[in-house]
Amino acid sequence: MNENIALTESTYYILLSLYRPQHGYGIMQQTEQLSGGRIRLAAGTLYGALNSLTEKGWIVPLPVQEESRKKEYKLTETGLVVLKNELARLQQLVENGRQVLEEEL
Amino acid sequence: MERKTIRKWFWVWEFDKEEQWLNTMAQSGWVLDSVGFCKYNFVKCEPGEYTVRLEMHDPDDEYIAFMEETGAEYIGRMVKWIFFRKKALDGPFEIFSDIDSRISQLDKISKLTASLGFANLAIGLANSFNPVTNVGWVNLIVCAVLMYGLGRIHSKKEVLEKERMVRE
Repeated sequence: MNENIALTESTYYILLSLYRPQHGYGIMQQTEQLSGGRIRLAAGTLYGALNSLTEKGWIVPLPVQEESRKKEYKLTETGLVVLKNELARLQQLVENGRQVLEEEL
Repeated sequence: MERKTIRKWFWVWEFDKEEQWLNTMAQSGWVLDSVGFCKYNFVKCEPGEYTVRLEMHDPDDEYIAFMEETGAEYIGRMVKWIFFRKKALDGPFEIFSDIDSRISQLDKISKLTASLGFANLAIGLANSFNPVTNVGWVNLIVCAVLMYGLGRIHSKKEVLEKERMVRE
């Protein structure tokens, strides 16, 4: 599989939020906070994304604690590599944009 | 608590019309409280107190628990559809927030519509050749209507796919 493709904004923020273990609602709150309120992940979208990211092996669900039913997830080694690659890609995007639009900024 | 029941039929591709109607009801002070087949049971609420959303989703307790964790309240299930409501004070309520997940929801709906259409076609044809039960035409008409619906769903999907070419 080609891992050299762009992540969606949702995926990027979900992975970023899972740098430390977090449950679904926590991911939504953290994403909203990090993006300054711009991105509100909806629960259905997030649920689907968590399942497919787990399937890909980029994140992993943690064993559920007996008392709380909330399922927590965390980033895997592979997920961290994906995230780092994405960060490099985004940096390039920003640099290119800055260079071309130098006079405008 | 004051209650009322409304019987109403929506075709499978009219999910957005259905959702709109449920939110108009909520705006006028009646929020969906439980559902049955073509049956909507409402309770009195403050006008605009709730936002109602519906979604096609297979039975999945884990998903319902997940939704409730985010402040949504599960109302009930009608065949393949599940209904949620959330207090407007708890913030905006959407089930999908990107184009990809909206497209996959439409895929789910069109798959079901296509299989219903196919089943009606098969039953309709089988009954058309059966001289005893001369009712095959009913299924053939239903099939035709469903095929029309499939077209409607596809054009909704096309709009999203075009949008997806340039943005998320």
